[in-house]
Amino acid sequence: MASLSGDVGGIEMKNPVMLAAGILGTTGASLRRAARSGAGGVVTKSVGAAPRDGHRGPTVVQVEGGLLNAMGLPNPSYRSFQEEIDIGREGGAPVVASIFGSGLQEFVEVAEGLDADGFELNLSCPHAERLGAEIGCEACNVEEITRAVKERVKVPLWVKLTPNVTDIVGLGLAAQRGGADGVVAINTLKAMAIDVESGRPILGNRFGGLSGPAIKPVAVRCVYDLASALDIPVIGVGGVATWQDAAEMIMAGAAGVQVGTALGRAEGYGIFRSIAEGLRDYLDRKGMTLEELRGLARRFS
Amino acid sequence: MRPKSAEIVEIVRETSSVRTLRFDLELDPVPGQYLMVWVRGVDEVPMSISYRNGITVQLVGEATRAIFDLSVGDGLGLRGPLGNGFLLTGKRILLVGGGVGAAPLALLGEAAREEGMEVSTLLGFRCCDDLLFRERFERIGDLVITTDDGSEGICGRASAGLSSLNLQEFDQIYLCGPEPMMADVIGRCRGMETKIQASIDRYFKCGMGICGSCAIDPSGIRVCVEGPVIRADRLVGTEFGRYRRGPSGLKK
Repeated sequence: MASLSGDVGGIEMKNPVMLAAGILGTTGASLRRAARSGAGGVVTKSVGAAPRDGHRGPTVVQVEGGLLNAMGLPNPSYRSFQEEIDIGREGGAPVVASIFGSGLQEFVEVAEGLDADGFELNLSCPHAERLGAEIGCEACNVEEITRAVKERVKVPLWVKLTPNVTDIVGLGLAAQRGGADGVVAINTLKAMAIDVESGRPILGNRFGGLSGPAIKPVAVRCVYDLASALDIPVIGVGGVATWQDAAEMIMAGAAGVQVGTALGRAEGYGIFRSIAEGLRDYLDRKGMTLEELRGLARRFS
Repeated sequence: MRPKSAEIVEIVRETSSVRTLRFDLELDPVPGQYLMVWVRGVDEVPMSISYRNGITVQLVGEATRAIFDLSVGDGLGLRGPLGNGFLLTGKRILLVGGGVGAAPLALLGEAAREEGMEVSTLLGFRCCDDLLFRERFERIGDLVITTDDGSEGICGRASAGLSSLNLQEFDQIYLCGPEPMMADVIGRCRGMETKIQASIDRYFKCGMGICGSCAIDPSGIRVCVEGPVIRADRLVGTEFGRYRRGPSGLKK
């Protein structure tokens, strides 16, 4: 039977199928449940320096091919979050803390305040003023913040990138220069939905980010481009719901995949096991290893 | 789905702080299911369904204030019915409600009567002025009322009325109301937890099981999709009755 275990962005995992940031990771109980349901790793909801309630509702709306959301980075602050990480670790999978800040100082403060198995810098949230993508669309910011956090933490550091730029590879290279151990691509695409009855934007924040099946081809392309240009691993996220989606991401060059929006499907937490098992069966059928699958599509360049 | 646009066709003032809104569309709910109600320009909040085409709202904050300011002919955006409602089972059932928690139980009791079940109800209110849906419950079976100040029925909390009932007679007990009341009832019914279904209130943001803000410790049950009705044996030993989380995820 093919092995799915190995190193993903500097972290040892039993399989490369992870819980994505922002989905369910508000509490330790949810992180632990994802791990016990078969996730190879779990990423927390993004945590910042101060508690935030998030945007007014609606915070999520279902649209063609996916979901549009503007949660607004709700979180209890890092000061109240260590307990959740510790409970999450009881699930037996590494817990990666997603963190955000208004600038370099806050990123460092939050990272130093948490003990996790890895960090993922949220430099890509598309719907919070002066946070996330508003910082992370500039390569120089990505590089500086990555370097500052990397100097202060002893665990692997990933940078989650925004696709809402002309050149995502430029951001990936900046993260690599800053010392990142991996990049995660992609965050949601800037999007909007309007209520036809009233003419009002549906989201409380008016604008939001699109996730789900609609963005998968965009994510696959970003992963492909990043994996072609970078020396550090790329973790693929965006519309992964089935083992075929995971295989596609890995063929584009992903070291691992993250699952987000698909957790809202009827199978719920069962999705981790179904993706991992499907991937293993596929490798067995093809007589391939995970390593042989990785970047397969790039042979045809 | 995107929010469906609904027009308010009737507003009933039930008490000084509770109103019922009837809509121009049939919701076809399972009793116990809820709607995400979008008050355009204000917020989107979960509301339990009290009629096949209506909700019953208690004034508690900004979003419900905005709902109270609406008139017949005004519109709301509705997502749902969402979540898992009550499962009707057995021949004799007991409904136990507190305050506005009576709303989904009235719809449930009426569905039970249609199925030919025998329905008894125990409702607790603060005072006689807060009584909700008395006629609806009296029409479907026996009704015991308690009030905190003794102005109607038995004086005390809803649980004070439990002693007037032989709980062993009931095949299933359905709860909806303030959490301390429900936790108290469950605590007094040791050994019967698998026969009790409780409708749980938590902070919902997405209503589709992905944001995690309504997850219960330590199981991680997502109340918005795995509930809001949860069997009591899955609540024993959890945060239920002890704490909940607010919009930021902080415990309170």
